[in-house]
Amino acid sequence: MERVAIIGASMTQFGQREEWIRELLSEAGQACLEDAGVAPDAIEHLYVSNMASGEFEGQTGIPNALAHDLSAIPAYTARIDQTSSSGGAGVYAAWQSVASGASEMTMLVGGEKMTHRSTAEATDVIASLTHPVEYKHGVTLPSFAGLTARAYLETYDAPRESLGKVAVKNHRNGVDNPHAQFQKEVDLDTVLESPVVADPLRLYDFCPITDGSAALLFCPESVAREYADEYAVVSGIGGATDTHVVHERADPTTMGGVVNSSEQAYEMADMRPEDVDVAELHDMFTILEFLQSEDLGFFEKGEGWKAVEEGVTDRDGELPINTSGGLKSKGHPLGASGVAQVYEIYKQVVGEAGPRQVKAEAALACNVGGFGNCVTTTILEGQQ
Amino acid sequence: MNEDRELESDGGSDHVMEAYRYPDGSLTYPGHPLGPGGEEPTGTVDLSEYVAEVITWTTSTATPPGVRQPNTLAIVEFDVEGEPVRAIGQVTTEEIEIGDEVRPVYCQELREPGAGIREPASQEWDGFRFEPVE
Repeated sequence: MERVAIIGASMTQFGQREEWIRELLSEAGQACLEDAGVAPDAIEHLYVSNMASGEFEGQTGIPNALAHDLSAIPAYTARIDQTSSSGGAGVYAAWQSVASGASEMTMLVGGEKMTHRSTAEATDVIASLTHPVEYKHGVTLPSFAGLTARAYLETYDAPRESLGKVAVKNHRNGVDNPHAQFQKEVDLDTVLESPVVADPLRLYDFCPITDGSAALLFCPESVAREYADEYAVVSGIGGATDTHVVHERADPTTMGGVVNSSEQAYEMADMRPEDVDVAELHDMFTILEFLQSEDLGFFEKGEGWKAVEEGVTDRDGELPINTSGGLKSKGHPLGASGVAQVYEIYKQVVGEAGPRQVKAEAALACNVGGFGNCVTTTILEGQQ
Repeated sequence: MNEDRELESDGGSDHVMEAYRYPDGSLTYPGHPLGPGGEEPTGTVDLSEYVAEVITWTTSTATPPGVRQPNTLAIVEFDVEGEPVRAIGQVTTEEIEIGDEVRPVYCQELREPGAGIREPASQEWDGFRFEPVE
């Protein structure tokens, strides 16, 4: 099987945007084609990662709309919905489409338009992924985070401040990301004194509601050389699920989907966790950075918080995590987030991350849907 | 405490907190059409007749439409003759701690049907809150 390459990447400004979903997707798609120097009629498969354009905006059929707006007719199109991990699932689908030989040029565009809804409405759209026994009690994704954070702090005797330091670190990284929703630092006191959202978690433990889009272009490695001197290869990828009903998991502080998807990705890449130079994790809530950093094998169970305390995951640390600012600072337009995570690690492995650049030969992105319900882990390596 | 009921049985109390039992002896709440090993459930247990221990809890202040505010929630674990089974639900009070003992108490409407995005007819809206055992 020929290796699959990524030859172009783009992302729009994340934040509160005037544009609607069709315009956001088109903006990212056009920029990606320009980045790679690929003509629209070269696109054979076009995937759109999106959770809820129908629910948020009343606009469905967006892959076909995008194909028309990009002049990519008659490309095969499909929408990939895997809730918050729609982007990662789209990366998996795009990789499959090229690896299988079905397409020699596949575009993936992820996007979501959310900010025209109130926080309560957006929270409810996202919470609609829950099981009826959860939904009727008013369980939301933030409340899962509060439940899990309390269990983690109690089980591993971790200080509350360690969660706040995730927010501080990722906001600091976001300052150097011109696409980030928040390009400002926050101090620990601000995090710890912000309003309670889901006890023990506070406002600054949560990512914002965001509009935005991101795009990637995939092709066989032999085709990549026609377009680019420097590109990335998907050296490992894996996808997995965990229980839909979150409380049925034996250990509330372990995400089985992260464990299983990363094992697949490491095996395919013939790598171990210590071979990863930089990672983008799904920090929709600060507690998720601890859980993923442990379940990916970077740190022992219950030790992830110490790595943050010791600066190991800082941009200049041994294993930089969320150099983009993460979902926490960059923003979380649901369907775009997994694509934007791979945008960041693509930029890192091809050496185009600007002030965020770290030494990176191999980089990993972990995109989580629901509360660990669905996960895709992707490993990229740069090629010159 | 009580023997397993047959599936689809309508005997007993009007309000039951129904967990499914599977051939390997394990229980889940809610039940699933297929359990461990792809096996069909063999019976049900009414958890409302048991007490449970709080595993973790939170009080959510940013609640969606139709949900009480604040909304204290807990994951609890029942011990059904040595077999653990967990559940999630609202708590009757904000005064709760990990390790507390709670019992299920019936509530006719946990959340206002139709206020949120989910179709009201697609699911039930009554259920059990958890009340600390004095």
